[in-house]
Amino acid sequence: MGSVVALIAILMVLLSGLSVGLVNDGVSGLKKLPVSAFSFQKGTPTDGAFSRSTVDVGVADLWRGRPGVEDATPFGNTLVNAKAASGVDVDLALFGVEPGSWLAPQATNGERLSGRGTVLLGQTAEETGLRVGDTVVVDQIDTPLEVAGFLDGQHTFGHVAVGYLDLRTWQEIRAGVRHGETAPAHIYEQATAIALRAAPGAEPDLAAGDDAAGTRSLTLEESFGASPGYSAEISTLDLIQVFLYAISALVVGAFFTVVTIQRKHEIAVLRAMGSSTGRLLLDSLVQSLILLLTASTVGVGLGVAAGAAISGTPMPFELDFGSIGSATAGLVLLGVIGAGVAVLRITRVDPLTALGGSR
Amino acid sequence: MSAKDTTPSLVLDSVTLVHGDGDELVTALDNAQLTVMPGEFVAVVGPSGSGKSSLLAVAGALVSATSGSVRVGGVDLTGLSPRRLTRLRRDHIGFVFQSGNLVPSLTALDQLRLPLTFGKTGEPRDPAALLREMGMDHRADRRPHQLSGGERQRVGIARALVTRPDLLLVDEPTAALDRQRSQEIVALLADEAHEHGVATVMVTHDHDVLHHCDRVLLMVDGILSEYASQTVPSR
Repeated sequence: MGSVVALIAILMVLLSGLSVGLVNDGVSGLKKLPVSAFSFQKGTPTDGAFSRSTVDVGVADLWRGRPGVEDATPFGNTLVNAKAASGVDVDLALFGVEPGSWLAPQATNGERLSGRGTVLLGQTAEETGLRVGDTVVVDQIDTPLEVAGFLDGQHTFGHVAVGYLDLRTWQEIRAGVRHGETAPAHIYEQATAIALRAAPGAEPDLAAGDDAAGTRSLTLEESFGASPGYSAEISTLDLIQVFLYAISALVVGAFFTVVTIQRKHEIAVLRAMGSSTGRLLLDSLVQSLILLLTASTVGVGLGVAAGAAISGTPMPFELDFGSIGSATAGLVLLGVIGAGVAVLRITRVDPLTALGGSR
Repeated sequence: MSAKDTTPSLVLDSVTLVHGDGDELVTALDNAQLTVMPGEFVAVVGPSGSGKSSLLAVAGALVSATSGSVRVGGVDLTGLSPRRLTRLRRDHIGFVFQSGNLVPSLTALDQLRLPLTFGKTGEPRDPAALLREMGMDHRADRRPHQLSGGERQRVGIARALVTRPDLLLVDEPTAALDRQRSQEIVALLADEAHEHGVATVMVTHDHDVLHHCDRVLLMVDGILSEYASQTVPSR
């Protein structure tokens, strides 16, 4: 009977992993950034700020001197369609950063952004068949980008792989400058936002900084909501998770009620023999607790193992041990409550039940 | 003779038990009189639904009498709290149920140890020795589903006796047994009653085992009457 609990625990872990993975697929590239906050253009709506905001790169200087701000640097973000030389379509979230700045990542092969026209791609792009040295060409404007390396771990934004490139190339792509054409000078003054890094232990006063710099700042966490579709996804998936956890807990609670009611006769016999209600209750609760703990441990273990198998596939899967832990605790708690309620009900039934058969 | 031997183990004095409410009143026990002395083995026979189980329930402190008084080992049950009644069952009363009613997950030996975990019960008998006395020591590590009906009943009897109860209440012990086993089980109950001075009240349908009993009572429609053994109607 522990198998029911174990199966529910597996279901819980898998669905939780899939939904967290899906959410993560939208913002994992942002989560990996060493950024404390982003300053967007003033007046930009919070949802979709990454696609709408344009700020002057000079604003970074205004932020750099603020108390609590260790450094500030321009950050570009745009989604593009591109084609690999092999003809495969590759969708990329291009992150434009200053080469050599603290925002510029290092690839697994040790490469950093060396200069114009190179790109460092998130791991998921590697799964499409791209290799170091390949060239991807941005659709419409034919800008060639040479793959210089891949980043460690999942780097995605809006469910596509992130590609880091130097800010100037990013500015040209963003402005729609065709490959080989001369770009107007003003486009090199623009970025999506200013990335801020707080000094260790400090919390910069974003509101005061916004007043001074004429921007609208969001912390890194808040900025997730500015990525495409994130708010809608997370509210849907949160709802699914909450229902999943609540239903799991209720099913387990009801299950233990039924299991305990099946012991009705046995409990009546024990009562006739002089066992106190308290002792029966304790007995039943300890039994349920052992069963629940064992079964849910096994279930979570199997779920995590299955999750590890899924992680090897392109399906996004990410385990959030905090929520799984609290959901499992809820499962165990509701199970124990279910058993307790059932025992209390049973001990109030006619003790004549013990004289079974001769009803 | 010690004082204990002269105090009746069970006294029912004008006990009436009425079930139900309103128009649906059922008199399960009607002004019942019964005194059982230590070491006495009493059988109660009667048709189904005549109130035999109610008699056990009232004598076993599972149900309170509507009127009259019940005394077990000299203690009047009237007005005792549920907690006191539970303790009294634990310390003074043993139950033997139909087909043993053992706890499914426990071995034969653990069935006997179980009541000893309910609390302090004076000087209990040694579970292993008692199991040997019942001829069950070779099955001590078996669980109920691995035992035959007769074996289950022996374990059930041993479980009821392990706390040295003053009063043993036995409900249809032979209902699930063949003739040979029935004789053995009831003989065992008689031996225990006589050797260890346990007052035993056994409800049964089985008229073939009545010759083991010291006294036979007849229950019809809640009315208890004494029968001499030779007048017991045979099947």
